[in-house]
Amino acid sequence: MSNVLELQNVSSFYGPIQALRDVSIEVPENEIVTLIGANGAGKSTLMMTIFGQPKAKMGRVLYYGEDITALPSYQIARKGIAQSPEGRRIFPRMSVEENLLMGAQVIGYEDYDANLKKMFTLFPRLEERFAQRAGTLSGGEQQMLAIARALMSKPKLLLLDEPSLGLAPLVIKQIFGAIRDLNRETGLTVLLVEQNANQALRLADRAYVLVNGVVTMQGTGVELLAKPEIKAAYLEGGH
Amino acid sequence: MSNLLEDLKDSAAAAFFALLIFGPFIGLRLSDNDAGNLGIATRPEALALAVIAVFAARLLILTWGRHRPAKIATGLGAQVQKTGKFIAPALLVFAVVMPLLPGLPNAYIDLGVLIMTYVMLGWGLNIVVGLAGLLDLGYVAFYAVGAYSFALISTTFGLGFWECLPIAGILAAFWGMCLGFPVLRLRGDYLAIVTLAFGEIIRLVITNWVSLTGGPNGLLGMPEPTLFGLRFSMAGGPGTFAGFFGITPAPWQRDAFLYYVILGLALLTNWVTLRLRKQPLGRAWEALREDEIACRSLGINVRNTKLTAFAIGAFFGGFAGCFFSARQGFISPDSFTFIESATVLAIVVLGGAGSQLGVVLAACVMIGVPQMLQSLQIYRMLIFGIALVLIMIVRPRGFISTRRPTVLLGKKPVAIGAELRAEGRG
Repeated sequence: MSNVLELQNVSSFYGPIQALRDVSIEVPENEIVTLIGANGAGKSTLMMTIFGQPKAKMGRVLYYGEDITALPSYQIARKGIAQSPEGRRIFPRMSVEENLLMGAQVIGYEDYDANLKKMFTLFPRLEERFAQRAGTLSGGEQQMLAIARALMSKPKLLLLDEPSLGLAPLVIKQIFGAIRDLNRETGLTVLLVEQNANQALRLADRAYVLVNGVVTMQGTGVELLAKPEIKAAYLEGGH
Repeated sequence: MSNLLEDLKDSAAAAFFALLIFGPFIGLRLSDNDAGNLGIATRPEALALAVIAVFAARLLILTWGRHRPAKIATGLGAQVQKTGKFIAPALLVFAVVMPLLPGLPNAYIDLGVLIMTYVMLGWGLNIVVGLAGLLDLGYVAFYAVGAYSFALISTTFGLGFWECLPIAGILAAFWGMCLGFPVLRLRGDYLAIVTLAFGEIIRLVITNWVSLTGGPNGLLGMPEPTLFGLRFSMAGGPGTFAGFFGITPAPWQRDAFLYYVILGLALLTNWVTLRLRKQPLGRAWEALREDEIACRSLGINVRNTKLTAFAIGAFFGGFAGCFFSARQGFISPDSFTFIESATVLAIVVLGGAGSQLGVVLAACVMIGVPQMLQSLQIYRMLIFGIALVLIMIVRPRGFISTRRPTVLLGKKPVAIGAELRAEGRG
């Protein structure tokens, strides 16, 4: 099995501040890989580093074995990596449809209609809200839109940054369910960054724990779920 | 009751600030006595009047405003939106037939030309500010580049208006890119400062490069636009419009022709903008305005997208400058001061950034109203200022603050109110 994405000893900085130290992770094809960690552990930095913002100062980011460390963000996106960024970042004044059109812009609009149908099957709510302004959607619908927008470019790898942020438990369940279905049915490779460790680890084929910019633990999702340290630090509120 | 107390407090605070501001401006007056020495006279009554006026106005706005303006504003918005479909074509028809109305004084055609010039500048800047969301305070630079390109090229190489027009546009677009490159990483206030400086740099270069631009003396002697080679000359004779059609030459023919030229150029700007808005490029501009980081992650080349916005906006600014230069027959750096940039920006913002119809309405208000009020002499700018403040109170996002989606598949469009703009940043 080949790795879609591989980070080799990556270090990232914001100015003089080091946010990632020697991080190495692997994202094998057709798997869901989860990265968990507390606030400020560097989860989002890792996502952004894959996208070249900031660029990794040391180490390499490999995509299907190709070094993409130095590429500009938009070219990384054009290679088939799509991202649903932290805080969703939908285009609030544009309609749901225009948001989805923006997602498809990179690959052109040949398969747009077929893709759109797939998105509606995955998230029926988006069809109901199709002509509506994205800013008027509920938080859960906005997250669905952010994921659908990312998927419109038919990516080989989907990066999800905290899709559960600020959502009700029921909605989180729906969204995680959709991610699992996507992975099972289309074999989409997913790198999921989450604070919501419990749900995220259940979903994961493989998981990493990030603490202060360093990977401290790794294993399958089930393995990590069973570890007492993980339970103490992430699952039971630190008790 | 507590509301009233709050309102009174608020009004008193407003009156206090009015006192601070008006104290020196209205309360003190420089006067010269008979001996020819300068002295300072005080005007307590006038000051008191101004402060009381501010207090009363603030109180009125607050008490009345607690229930009313929200309703009025949304009502007005809905009204404009409902009738918007008819306003635009009606305005267009009016704009086309306006110069042909019998008995219309020439001054009105002239005013029409002036307003159309600003409509065009507004539409050009709307691409940069309204669509791409890049706050540009130096738009006049491209207007100046267009004007001077035309003046220099036409007088040096003997080319006419129509040959120079695209050249002026392309040169302005080139300078748009020159501005665009260094400011790619800047946003908001910082971008505004640099663009402001850019506008001033262009003006200062024009003022000081005397050997090329004539410096403060300006340039003259550029040709007027011709209608397929026919000149508009009062003398008549062969080769002129009046001579060719065998009619008596009259000033209105030239004015009306100039009016149609700028109307055509403005409509071209509008058409291109409306077309682009439906293309991936225009959509990328709007997305860029909404969220730059999201654009990057979607594979949008932010650099090129911004540069095209700057270049296309500047291109039309250059067109307008070229026309201005040809119409005036004389240009000097005085025509390209910061106040021009500010006026055009005010037109875009007042109209509701991104709205094409809003620009037209705002241009009529911003340019037309001060002209209409000429007879009121010194109170002109005061009334104008008060009007602007009132508009900003009633419609803080501009006349037309809703945008319609550019693509519609079957379902009824839901217009998008700017009041809710900040949503969706969870």
